[in-house]
Formats: sequence, C-alpha cells, structure tokens
Amino acid sequence: MTLHMPPILVYALRRLAQAIPVVILIMIGTFLLLKLAPGDTVDALVGDMGGADAAFIARLRAEYGLDQPIWVQLWRYMVKLASFDFGWSFVYEQPVSTVLMERLGTTLMLMAASLSIAFTAGIALGAIAARRAYSATDNLISVLGLVFYATPSFFLSLMLMLVFSVKLGWLPVGGIKTIAAFYTGWDHVWDVIRHLIMPTAALSLIYLAFYLRLMRASVMEVADLDYVRTARAKGAKEGRLMIHHIMRNALLPVITLLGLQFSTVLGGSIVVETIFTLPGLGQLAYQSVVQRDMNTLMGIIFLCAIIVVVVNFLTDLLYARLDSRIELA
Amino acid sequence: MTFNMKKAGLTLAMTGALSSVAYVANAEEEVQKGGTAIIHMISEQRILNPGLRASTGVYNITGKIMEPLIDKSYEGYEPVLATEWSGSEDGKAITVKLREGVNWHDGEPFTCDDVAFSAIELWKGLLNYSSALQANLESVDCPDPHTAVFNYSKPMPLELFVAAMPDLGHPVPKHLYEGTDILKNEYNTAPVGTGPFKFVEYQRGQYVLAEKNDDYWREGYPYLDRIVWRFIKDKSAAAAALEAGEVHESGFIGVSMADVDRFSKDDRFDVGTQGYENNVAHSTVEFNHRNPILADVKVRQAMYHGLDIDYAIQTVMHGFAKPGRGPVPSAGGINYTDEVPTYAYDTELAKTMLDEAGYPVQDDGYRFHLRHRPAPWGEYTQLWAEYFSQAMKEIDIDVEILTNDAPGFLNGVYRDHDFDTANGWHQFRSDPAVSTMVWLRSGQPEGTPWTNQFGWKSDEMDQLIDTAASELDVEKRAAMYHEIQTKAMEELPVIFAIEHPFISVTSKKLHNHHNTPRWNSSSWYDLWLEQ
Repeated sequence: MTLHMPPILVYALRRLAQAIPVVILIMIGTFLLLKLAPGDTVDALVGDMGGADAAFIARLRAEYGLDQPIWVQLWRYMVKLASFDFGWSFVYEQPVSTVLMERLGTTLMLMAASLSIAFTAGIALGAIAARRAYSATDNLISVLGLVFYATPSFFLSLMLMLVFSVKLGWLPVGGIKTIAAFYTGWDHVWDVIRHLIMPTAALSLIYLAFYLRLMRASVMEVADLDYVRTARAKGAKEGRLMIHHIMRNALLPVITLLGLQFSTVLGGSIVVETIFTLPGLGQLAYQSVVQRDMNTLMGIIFLCAIIVVVVNFLTDLLYARLDSRIELA
Repeated sequence: MTFNMKKAGLTLAMTGALSSVAYVANAEEEVQKGGTAIIHMISEQRILNPGLRASTGVYNITGKIMEPLIDKSYEGYEPVLATEWSGSEDGKAITVKLREGVNWHDGEPFTCDDVAFSAIELWKGLLNYSSALQANLESVDCPDPHTAVFNYSKPMPLELFVAAMPDLGHPVPKHLYEGTDILKNEYNTAPVGTGPFKFVEYQRGQYVLAEKNDDYWREGYPYLDRIVWRFIKDKSAAAAALEAGEVHESGFIGVSMADVDRFSKDDRFDVGTQGYENNVAHSTVEFNHRNPILADVKVRQAMYHGLDIDYAIQTVMHGFAKPGRGPVPSAGGINYTDEVPTYAYDTELAKTMLDEAGYPVQDDGYRFHLRHRPAPWGEYTQLWAEYFSQAMKEIDIDVEILTNDAPGFLNGVYRDHDFDTANGWHQFRSDPAVSTMVWLRSGQPEGTPWTNQFGWKSDEMDQLIDTAASELDVEKRAAMYHEIQTKAMEELPVIFAIEHPFISVTSKKLHNHHNTPRWNSSSWYDLWLEQ
C-alpha cells in the first residue's frame, strides 16, 4: 500500500530525520568539549563558597555522579535525554526543565521583539535606500547602518543605560519587572515593556543593519531585472511594482538570512541579557558556563538546537510560499 | 595594565583611607519605618541555608531570615538565639542557654531540639569549614528546652566555639528537616528562620524577596517592610543601578575599583570598608615548593623585598587595604601581633639575595622564569597579579601570567599543582583555627582548595597549629598564634601580602548601615530607609 502524504508532511518528516542525528552529534560534541574544560561544577561551587574541606568536596562529587568515568556520564546523560529528561541542575537545585522553562519566555520575548523590529525596519529602510540610491537619504541610511553594525552590543547597552536610566531616569536599568511593585494587569504588561525597550534596542540594531544592507542590495538588483521593466512598460504603478514585483523577490535572500541568524541572535542575547540582568536563556547560558552547570548548559544547547531546526524549517516554508519555483518535497 | 614604578614614592599607609570611612550616625534623625531596601549581589546563590553553606554570599541574604546563636558587634560577641554560654573545666562540654519565646517563621517554637539536630546533622556532617571544627563533637544534650550542652571528645576552647558561631552556628528548624534528604530539602532555597525578615520568593536570575516578620522577638523591629537582593553580574550595570537609585547598597566590592573611586567622591553615597572587620581577607602570593628554586627560603624572602606593597595598595586597592603581617589579620584580636619580621621594598637587596641564593641573571636577561596563576575572584586579584609580574621583572624574574576561570584556577593550583606562583585572596573567619591555619598545616586532604597544597611542610608549625587549636587558656593560645605568625613571616610558605576588608557603596538614604563588624552577614533589624 502506498501512503499518499501531503508534500509538506513528507518534507517535515525528511527534515526531522535529518535533524535527529545532527542534534545527537551536537549533544555528544558539546558534552565532550565541556568535559575538556578544566574543572567541574563542584569546583565552581566551592569557588563560590570560598572553600570547603576534602570530605565535603568528595561527597558532592559522588552525589552528582562526577566521580564516574566520562563515558559512563555521557551514556547516562544521553539515555535520559532520549526521554527528554534533562537531569538535575546542581547549581539551581531544580530539574533543568524547570529552570529552562522559567527562562524561555523572557528570551523568546526579547528575540521576537528584536527580530521583528530589526526585520521590519531593516527591509523598510533598505528598500527606501535602494529606491533613492546615491541620494542624501541613501547616504544617511547607509551611514546609520554602518554605525549600528559597528557598535558592539555591550557598549550600546551601557550607553543606553547611561542616557535613559542614569541621566534621564526614563527607563529601568535592568531586570524584567519592577521588584516588589506587585503590578497586575496592564500595569504589569507596561512594566515589562519598559524593561524590554533598551535590551531590544541593543540587540536589534546590529541585525537591523544586516537586513538594511542586504535589502538595499537586493532591491537594487531586482529593480533592474527584465520582468520589472516589462511591468513598468505595461503601466504598473510604482507602488504596486514595488510591493508585488520588487519586494516579493528581493525578500528571498533576507528571509534566508533571518532563519540563519536566529541562532546568532540567541548568542547575542547572552551579552544583552547579562548586562540588563534579564532572566533569559542567554544569561543562564553564561552563568552555566562559569559555574560548569553541565546539565543546564546541555539543556540550553539542546533547546537552542531544536529552536534553530524549527525556525529553519519554517523559513523554508515561507521561502516556498514566496517563490513558487521552489517545491518542498 | 602597566604600573608606573616611578610613582613608587607613594608609600602612603592605608590607615588614613580606612579611618576616614566611618559612617557617622546622626542620633537626632528620626527613624522612618517602612520601605524596601534593594541590595546588589554580584552572584546568585544556589542554596539559602547558612546551616549548609558557610559563605558570605549566603549570609548576605539569609542573615536577615535565619539567625545564629551568637553574633558579633563592635562591643564583642552578642547573644542572639543564645543568651549565655560557658565551658566546663576540662573543655569537653559547652553549655548554651537559648532564648525563650522565639518562634520560627511558621509559628513553631524554637527549642534545644532544633540546635541539637542542626549541630549533629548539619554543622558536624555537612557544613563546609564546620565539619572540621566540630569533628570532635559527640552529642548535644537538651536537659531542658532552652539549654543545649555540646559534648566533645577532645577539649574545645570556648573562645574558638564562640568565635565560630556567627558564621557556623545557624540552627535550622528540626521539624522541617528531620527525616528528609537534607541536601535536597525544599527549605534550602526557601528558608524558614527566626530572623526579622521572612522569606517570600526567590526568582532565579533576578532577585530574592523577604518581608518584615511581625512576630520578631526584638520588640519594635525591624524597621524596613522588605528587602530585595538583586543579582546583577555586570559591574558597570550595577554601578548604573546605584546611580539611578534602583539599588541602595553594593557590598563585597560589587562595582569596579574605578567606580568605587568615583562613588567615594559622590555625596549621595557612603563608600568604605566599615562593617567588614570580620570579613577581612588576605591577597596572597602562593608558592609551589615543589619547584626547587621556590623551595629556597632566601628566594622567597628576596621576592617579598621586590614587592612594593604600599604602592600596590594605592594602585590596586585604591588605598582600601594595608600590608599583611602573616596568617592572622589585624582584625584577629588577641591572636594578632604586628611584631613579626617584615620585608621592606628594596630591589637592590632583593637582587643581592637572589645572587647569593645562586640565581644570577642569565643570558636572556632573567634569573629564572615562573608561571603564575591569578585567581579570578575579581578585578583586583587580576591587577595584583599584573603588579606582581611587573615587580618581579624589576628584580630580573620573568613571570608569565596564565589566565584561567575559577574551576581552572582551583584545579591548576590545588589539584594539579600546575603552577610556580599563584595569587588569590583568602578570608579570615574570626579565629585562625577556623580559617587560615589550613594554609600552613601539612597533611591537608589531597586537592582541597584553599589549603596547603603547596608542598610545604614544617613539623614545628604542624605541632604549634594542633596545640593552639585545643588550648583552653586564652593567653597561652594567643602566644602560640603569635609564634605561628612570626614563623610564617620568617619562612614565607605563602606571602600574606595585603590585608583588606571588602568595600561597600551605600546610598545615604540607608541608615544604621555597616554598624557591626560583619554587617552584610548580620540581621539588619535596625536598618532603615529614608523615603
């Protein structure tokens, strides 16, 4: 019997089959790399405590299973992971899944806000710059893009903090909400938004610059193609020409970049979340490295790998939707 | 970073810097009740149980929620959950009278059962530092609900017991811990204590919140409604939060030394070392005595002569420190002496001593090469390493700095001994027997951080340390520690180069702050906020 599955399902299953070995390899590689780093979570723990005696250290190491050979530790971890059991965080004294779920929301909010702003503003400014190529507007936008691109996010974060929090007192320095203010309803929503404004700006500007530069080049290239000239010769209005003919095709490389950059934005969130004390996956990743919280770090990497696979899958779907020449199956 | 050695004429003693930072409380001011004090912490705490983790980071939060039997004030040791204490003549029994009418935050009464359970199950078995201190504790008897008798198999000096209690004497509620896996008990991160503030919530990566305990045994206290401890890893962000008024205090050098300097000139803040007298630490130079060059005491003494400690204090610590005088700091009370050999900064003498020790300058311009591991415990440990390297170059010793993170440092120095010299800081905890002696006593368990893993052994020193730990006569005990200090300064197994308390930046809106010698660890029952 032949199963007739929709092409999109076949495509999804194929991508899933490709993703599984990739994720397994990532996890094994990460595990071994982390083990190569000097010290373990017990070393970090006693470092934080300011010292401990040998019996205490040995007891902790045995309790955490760190006294076992590395292959035994790897095997145990992978077996647990197969049933989506991320293990126990010895740093947070909680299941890793609980720690991750507590942080995921903040990071997704930050990423969604940053990428949306970067993407929409980037393509809009890129398109404007391309349509007015070599004009003063184009020069201004291009210079701005270069400045955004060249400014490190940690520097930008601190400067934003200095201006908007210290000097003007408009925005909070960090965190995700005002502690002990006990806001509810829309007050709480507005409070969270206020806390996300500077981190979002710090994270999005560099990506805005990427999209701007790429969109400018892409629009300029597409605008010179024959079908655009034909449409224009047939009397299509400039607005319709731009939206239906130029933008639609110029967006293809930008969308590819969006999918690829999702993982980079996750990386960028480490710096921004750490500076703004946002309780997200980026800050958690940084602390997990410093504290050698192996299980949590592996959990983050697993989660990120899954998110990147899913986002790339969705990007491909969008790509196919925009470009009818592409078939999924 | 490059230090200008020509500026070494700066031989200012640090006493001026220290004495100028006393925070003057104005008796005329009327106490304002209420408000939320927000405290910066640079690192998150995994466990909020001082009965399980001896760490200033843990005390900084839990000291307000859980109380010790005895605390320390500027006047001496102060009764908290204990009201009286006395030792038997043979030193094998210590009787502690407990405060009556005290309740845990869940309403259960605090009794001797809690103390006995905590002492045997946590302090003796699980608490770092304490397990060595209480190794000879055999039992704790409860002749009545408010009397605890600690029974030891060997004499325990009462002075040592009392000195250890502020850090290592926090009872936990037996009714919440008995019959559970203590290490995984849920109350380790949601503490239930007897203190002036009750735990409310711990938002990982963000903050810990505690609120006023209306049933507190000190009538009329606390003044504050709430305390929030905010975790801000980035020091620049912490400085911005202080400036923006979002944080009221940052302790334990929670902002960069440059910002410490800046805040000290800002009228809105109190900056200084007051309140850390019990948290004094030494910045060290540690030697790997397995290296035959460093095993020569003359080389170590010459290297000490090559260090301009006063200059380092001014540049690295911005004046908030003073020269070390061995393993007991000046805050060590009767056990401290400054009548010990010292090593004046004299590069010519250092060079002559190195020549005499058989290490002349070689063809490459250096006498020998050293690999140095700096501890990553903060900005100033890195700067101290930079200074050490540069100072050694002045006496023709090449020092290569190997940068590492915390686990890398601990393994490199204490486990693998993969270093020639190292530097870090080590905290003194009230009594030499509880803390710094482990740096000198040989036979420490292999690989244990912050202990003598340096390959240095002295039978005479070992015997002195052991005898002092169980000597009941206070005067005799002090004389032994003076001898240990003198010997440590002669032999230099470790250079205890700089003695420094920590530094706090505190908003002047906070009142009654830093008014005890372990303020950040204390209960803050009298702290109030100007609103």
